[in-house]
Amino acid sequence: MITRRDFLKIAAFSSLLGLGGAFTINALEKEPGQKVLKDIKALKGKRWAMVIDTRKFKTQEDFEKVIRACHKAHNVPEIANPLHEVKWIWTDDYEHSFAGTAEEYISTEVKERKFLLLCNHCDNAPCVRVCPVKATFKRPDGITMQDMHRCIGCKFCMAGCPYGARNYNFLPPRDYIKELNPEYPTRTIGVVEKCTFCNERIDRGLLPYCVEASEGKIIFGDLYDPNSEIRKVLSENIVIRRKVELGTQPMVFYII
Amino acid sequence: MLDLALKGRPRYWIWVSFLITMILIGFICWMREHHIGAAFTTGLSRDVTWGFHVGQLTFFVGVAASAVLVVLPYYFHNYRVFGRIAVIGEFLAVGCVLIAMLSVFVIMGQPSRVWNVLLHATPHSIIFWDMVVLITYLSLNLLCGWTVLHAEKKSAPPPKWIKPFIYWAILWAPSIHTVTAFLYAGLPGRPHWMTALQAAHFLATAFAAGPSLLIILSMIIRKVSKFDPGQQAINKLAEIATYALIIHLFFIGLEFFTAFYSQIPDHMKSLIYLYQGLEGHNRLVPWMAVSTLLAFIGLIIFIFPPLRKWNVTKVIAAACVFFSIWMDKGFAFVVSGFIPNPFDRVTEAWIALNEFLVAAGVWSVGALVITVLYKIAITVKEKAVFDKYGQKQVVE
Repeated sequence: MITRRDFLKIAAFSSLLGLGGAFTINALEKEPGQKVLKDIKALKGKRWAMVIDTRKFKTQEDFEKVIRACHKAHNVPEIANPLHEVKWIWTDDYEHSFAGTAEEYISTEVKERKFLLLCNHCDNAPCVRVCPVKATFKRPDGITMQDMHRCIGCKFCMAGCPYGARNYNFLPPRDYIKELNPEYPTRTIGVVEKCTFCNERIDRGLLPYCVEASEGKIIFGDLYDPNSEIRKVLSENIVIRRKVELGTQPMVFYII
Repeated sequence: MLDLALKGRPRYWIWVSFLITMILIGFICWMREHHIGAAFTTGLSRDVTWGFHVGQLTFFVGVAASAVLVVLPYYFHNYRVFGRIAVIGEFLAVGCVLIAMLSVFVIMGQPSRVWNVLLHATPHSIIFWDMVVLITYLSLNLLCGWTVLHAEKKSAPPPKWIKPFIYWAILWAPSIHTVTAFLYAGLPGRPHWMTALQAAHFLATAFAAGPSLLIILSMIIRKVSKFDPGQQAINKLAEIATYALIIHLFFIGLEFFTAFYSQIPDHMKSLIYLYQGLEGHNRLVPWMAVSTLLAFIGLIIFIFPPLRKWNVTKVIAAACVFFSIWMDKGFAFVVSGFIPNPFDRVTEAWIALNEFLVAAGVWSVGALVITVLYKIAITVKEKAVFDKYGQKQVVE
């Protein structure tokens, strides 16, 4: 597949040689990447949503597999200080994950359970509303996107997000990437980043990394398709969402 | 008229040099932040993402808006007493808007991309509107102040064409502070900020802090130059500040009632954090205690007419009110909105040295602009003070 980096190299070189766009396009057509674009079998969803079956996550390894899959693929910097860390998907306990609605007298087992937290890709996302440059925007399929090349770093979205799901690069992030994945861009200091439901994979017809790594513990699908697996799971289980009362319509559901 | 700013006594140049030095220090600190990261240079974290600089924006937008308190009575109600300080108020607004705008600019992680706000104009974002109203207000005040002063220099009433701009600026003043309040008031996850009272409360604090600063500046002008802004005008400013201060304190009471009578934990927690401390975190408690104390000292002086009218106590009260509101609005209000965080945990924030020096640089930019504009205005006014009717004004 032709990566963006390669494409830019070809474009830059052909421009330098005065060959213009024609050369670039010719070069592209010979690449197998072009075929992928033509025969794209992207997941065609109207409204992506996620259900996390919290009952099935038993061991620490269950969580780590999922988090590692996401963070490694997306070049998420590993910063130890919790004040300035960057995390796209992480865990917290019941009481803090569901702050404000947590039940005091729920079973000890649930109280001790850990919950995977990530961007909720809200239908009515406050972060999209407040962003002054459209660096945070909504895709028609419901994914809340973050353009890290347009972000001015005003941090308004972080004040707006009621889920603490957004990260600001307080430190130069490239210094904190242990194992670089050349397939995914790294970030600069001073921009906001977050989970994007693996839009880059969905567009290629693949499931998000966390869903894949969870081996069935996370269900992903189209909420608007009545025959989808996610709808079946939602109709058969009791689910809760974080801070529904705020009207943001979070799209991550938790089976308790 | 700009040439008037180039001639001055040594103390004028010492002050200007001091401000330029502070600007340079601030600039170096700001560059340093972008080099090593805001983690080391600010008191901010992923839980408290806005702090001192956003507080300065909030506070100084208010001081800028308060220029309306001298402009409106003078131009709209023909209140002649303010004829001598209308331009002083307008030029103060220019400097303060500049401080406010730069305070937002310095928080940006990628300042080189700031043009994206215009290139990708986003009407549903309040920052976009804040930028629009602030630039407009800055231009209006500079235009109105300059034109009126220019006419005064020629011993003539201001030209007629300036009138619509003056009225526009009057309408614009409350709007800049309302838009600033909307930065906070519409965020679903921040109950401390989400009150319909926000804009009104901001205006009340602004109308107490702004005239207080104007009182202090008027006294300084009186001391360093032959121009007298007028005792009656200074007394009237103190009266205005008194009413605004009472409304401000009343509004704090309203917030307390709503939070504590409703007993909704999210609405109570930030207030508890500020005044009592939450879960062992009480860094802002002494800060708020001092702020509250200063507000009450100011209130006591201001409500008793003999104390309010005596210049010594008046200046003390004005300083108390100014710093009380600066402490509250310029830092505590912003930080406490993030406490507790969305996970019901407390992460505190404090002002880092680097952050403070950047802010000091920003204030110095505003102070330098105000100094230069005041130097021009005072030199013109020392020679002749004419009101908008072209009549020479005498000191009462």
